[in-house]
Amino acid sequence: MNRMIARVWDSDFCFSFRRSPVALVSALLLLLVVAGAVFSPWLAPHDPSDLASLSVMDSFRPPAFIGGADSGWAWPLGTDDQGRDLLSAIMYGTRISLAVGALAIAFALAVGIATGLVAGYVGGVVDSLLMRIADIQLTFPAILIALLVDGVVRAALPRDVHDRAQVYVLVFAIGIARWPQFARTVRGSTLVERGREYVMAARVIGLPSWRIMLSHILPNVLGPVLVIATLNLGLAILDEATLSFLGVGLPPTQPSLGTLIRIGNDFLFSGEWWITVFPGATLAVLVLSINLLGDWLRDALNPRLR
Amino acid sequence: MPDTPVLQAIGVTRSFDVSKPWLQRTLTRKGRLLLRAVDDINFSIARGSTLSLVGESGCGKSTVARLAVGLYAPSAGQILFEGKALSAARAQPALRRRMNMIFQDPYASLNPRWRVRDIVAEPIRAFALLSSRSAIVERVGALLTQVGLSPADGEKFPHEFSGGQRQRISIARALSSEPAFLVCDEPTSALDVSVQAQILNLMRDLQMRLGLTYLFISHNLAVVRHMSDRLGVMYLGRIVELGPGEAVFRTPRHPYTRLLLEAIPDLAMTGKPRTPVGGEVPSPIDPPPGCSFHPRCPLANARCRIERPAHTLLADPQGEVLVACHAVEEGRHAA
Repeated sequence: MNRMIARVWDSDFCFSFRRSPVALVSALLLLLVVAGAVFSPWLAPHDPSDLASLSVMDSFRPPAFIGGADSGWAWPLGTDDQGRDLLSAIMYGTRISLAVGALAIAFALAVGIATGLVAGYVGGVVDSLLMRIADIQLTFPAILIALLVDGVVRAALPRDVHDRAQVYVLVFAIGIARWPQFARTVRGSTLVERGREYVMAARVIGLPSWRIMLSHILPNVLGPVLVIATLNLGLAILDEATLSFLGVGLPPTQPSLGTLIRIGNDFLFSGEWWITVFPGATLAVLVLSINLLGDWLRDALNPRLR
Repeated sequence: MPDTPVLQAIGVTRSFDVSKPWLQRTLTRKGRLLLRAVDDINFSIARGSTLSLVGESGCGKSTVARLAVGLYAPSAGQILFEGKALSAARAQPALRRRMNMIFQDPYASLNPRWRVRDIVAEPIRAFALLSSRSAIVERVGALLTQVGLSPADGEKFPHEFSGGQRQRISIARALSSEPAFLVCDEPTSALDVSVQAQILNLMRDLQMRLGLTYLFISHNLAVVRHMSDRLGVMYLGRIVELGPGEAVFRTPRHPYTRLLLEAIPDLAMTGKPRTPVGGEVPSPIDPPPGCSFHPRCPLANARCRIERPAHTLLADPQGEVLVACHAVEEGRHAA
């Protein structure tokens, strides 16, 4: 066991991680935000979804470190217009935002990589067909698809089922709007790699196409896709916020980070700046650390830079 | 049957569709465009020998190499591998593993994300030649030693090696399926001259020890002379002269072969005037009528411009030589 830990610790990957201060700091910040989000039911001081604990008397309390008669350490970052503790709301909201974003990107990655590999490797009519579908897809923004899917689901399912299915509707809508980007990147790189002689060497010994795609081409096209995926994770979180704003997102009883920013935006110029600034800062830290880690990952995965 | 040639090409032709997209074709009212990269080629390679094909860029050498391992299917004609149709032979793993290929660019022919031991072991795993992990490791080590590398090099990535070392890895990979027949597509043209000799000597040595049969593609006549038992000279998709290597080198008959041999740099010839090969290779999309070499040929006459020359069999002390040239056939060329 100890030897295995030592092997992982000494690997090129970990070495490059330990040597990069940017990667270390962003990983630390990301870990902080993600841990706060994942363990929010145990860490958060209040449960913002528990309506019984809310009181209008608690609304608009400023952050505790500012001081003043209204503030108190029971609400470290203050409260919003409903009297919800902002820190707890942020922790629960990050959880929802992260889950929707990550699931949507995973979905888009799976569809995009599969399509791009097949289109690039098989070529010809299959390629034209798949890429035209991707082009058509690009003309529908995520919001339109979300409205469409949401409308269908709303009509087809009873209200309580619909509320629970809303997360999956969001994941589908955001994911389906983002897959063409992955498909195009993967297709482009696949076209380049397919013509290389190492692919021909694999064809000479008669490897089946799916194995050439998975074991030879996929590892060589994955680098740029992973970087795009991390950038898109931030964008997907923003998509989710936009959709929540339009009322096709998550039900208002489960606010995400984007919803909190939107709520706070109404009070930004009336003095209650903290309602929007703290969720906004959390979102910025989250997205920035994901992107910086993505950058580092790209370099670390490139064998020529080792 | 010891007499069966390892590889036999009978009237092999390969065309590529280079037409514009359908819409553009319809708008400009132009038909399909076909490029005949390889045109009615015949040859056979005996077990344990080397057939070299030489020619200028774009004469179809690499297409022949890819046809010979089944990466392309011939548009017409037939390729036989050990007496069986190539496509049928490639359908059987036991026969497919007996052919392999060494590529031109050692920087593109090794997957940059695979460790050398996995690259070399890939054919072993693909054909399930060895099952246990330790046996594969041992075999990969032996293969790397055989090509002049050390077994410890298996842990490294391709980018940690020089061009010549990479080509050795490429050879080790080609040998790992225990092939009888190797197609070498310009295996030394991307290497330094000093390294070229090392790789060629290694290939000769392996041929003698393992009884390999080579189809050797090159544009470098000096390299070819070192390697070949038989030599074919290609021009615009056709073999214009084919015979025992020394016969073609000592007494070249086809005017194109002569021009090629004239162009070899030679220390003894320093400072003396030499006949340059005039003109450009015509486009294979629109080859000249008659003998495709006539626009550049010093011996061309009216017949050459109309009638395409057939192969004539000529006797030579080294063996028989096939030449496709009216001038040679009529005895117009000064011997």
